[in-house]
Amino acid sequence: MIALLMRDLRLAVRAGGGFGLGLAFFLIVVTLVPFGVGPQGEVLARIASGILWLGALLACLLSLDRIFALDFEDGSLDLLTTAPIPLEGIVAMKALAHWITTGLPLVIAAPVFGLLLHLPGPAYFWLIVALGVGTPALSVLGSFGAALTVGLKRGGLLMSLLVLPLYVPTLIFGAELVRRGAEGMATEVPLMMLAGITAAVIAVVPFASAAAIRINLR
Amino acid sequence: MSIWEYANPVKFMKTSSLVLPWVVGLAAIAMVVGLVWGFFFTPEATNFGSTVKVIYVHVPSAMMAINIWAMMLVTSLIWLVRRHHVSALAAKAAAPIGAVMTLIALITGAIWGQPMWGTWWEWDPRLTSFLILFLFYLGYMALWGAIENPDTAADLTGVLCLVGSVFAILSRYAVNFWNQGLHQGATLSLDEKENISDVYWFPLLFCIAGFILFFVALVLLRTRTEIRARRLKALEQRERMA
Repeated sequence: MIALLMRDLRLAVRAGGGFGLGLAFFLIVVTLVPFGVGPQGEVLARIASGILWLGALLACLLSLDRIFALDFEDGSLDLLTTAPIPLEGIVAMKALAHWITTGLPLVIAAPVFGLLLHLPGPAYFWLIVALGVGTPALSVLGSFGAALTVGLKRGGLLMSLLVLPLYVPTLIFGAELVRRGAEGMATEVPLMMLAGITAAVIAVVPFASAAAIRINLR
Repeated sequence: MSIWEYANPVKFMKTSSLVLPWVVGLAAIAMVVGLVWGFFFTPEATNFGSTVKVIYVHVPSAMMAINIWAMMLVTSLIWLVRRHHVSALAAKAAAPIGAVMTLIALITGAIWGQPMWGTWWEWDPRLTSFLILFLFYLGYMALWGAIENPDTAADLTGVLCLVGSVFAILSRYAVNFWNQGLHQGATLSLDEKENISDVYWFPLLFCIAGFILFFVALVLLRTRTEIRARRLKALEQRERMA
């Protein structure tokens, strides 16, 4: 499983655009928003955490089709399913590789983007916490959408329709956590809900993704 | 005599063709009685004025929107566990009806909300979760449409329905946390003290029954169509092989 993880990471880095593209996309979203809503600092500060969350969502979504599609095309997914490790583990590892290449850079870079959007001071810490706890769920849920659409030629739009509604709870609690953190309110409840959702998703969704892959490869 | 007999398409077609006209007739009677009674023979409510009559479309469609998803969940499970094709086709047949019911509930809600709350749309937990439910219906139907192999499509949409159910419920309670609502609480519960007055309750019962029967009729009809389409495909395939 470690070997598979390293392989996916190497592929993502060497094939180009693994770490960089997600971040560049994030930067573009953050750059475009002030054009849309105006450059006033107080407006941006109010919506900053929401924008950063939406940017993370979209950056994650755009890179989802890489999780399985390439391996499906060149046949290595068939080989992986016959490997001596369970398919659920393979799916989880692939989701982890996806998170390391898209989610983790966003978590690390988010404070810089927060600066661009006049994020209020106490929110920085909570932004990192929220993204760090929430984005793994995005990657795992995304792997489910990718597994459902892996056999399709043009699955991109369909996948966003399937995956984005699943992101609703994570987005709600993630954005709420940052908002409460920024206003200095109690943050335990949204933090625990966010972490609970992520934990449950990591525990359960790989089984659904593996089932979908088995169906698609039948 | 067990319910699994109807998993046989021939048996299903035979029985449903006998039942269908009755269901259609009963649905029409219940809806006409309920709607006419509700629209023309009930008093105007003190706080709502004549807008109270939206309830006769709004409440049944909203109930159906949720229960149709539950029915799809059950039929998807039956398909995934026991692999009866009729079950998968019934889920496929129900999805567009559910989506339309959700849309009707949202639109009638907007029409009701405009005079009562002064706004067509509010990011209220109930309204928002219905919008999310509508998105789930759309995704489900889109996945059915995108996959060519019918068995693969049935399997994948079944899995999606299971995962979607969990997240639809999760979203329902997550939005509660996120915003406070304008929408009133439940007033139709059987175990509550304070409920809607009987004057409105009885015609509403007819409307709910009418909507349920209407849904059953549509599902039977659409499932029959799906079975026929499946047969046609099989025939064409045999023709090509020969």
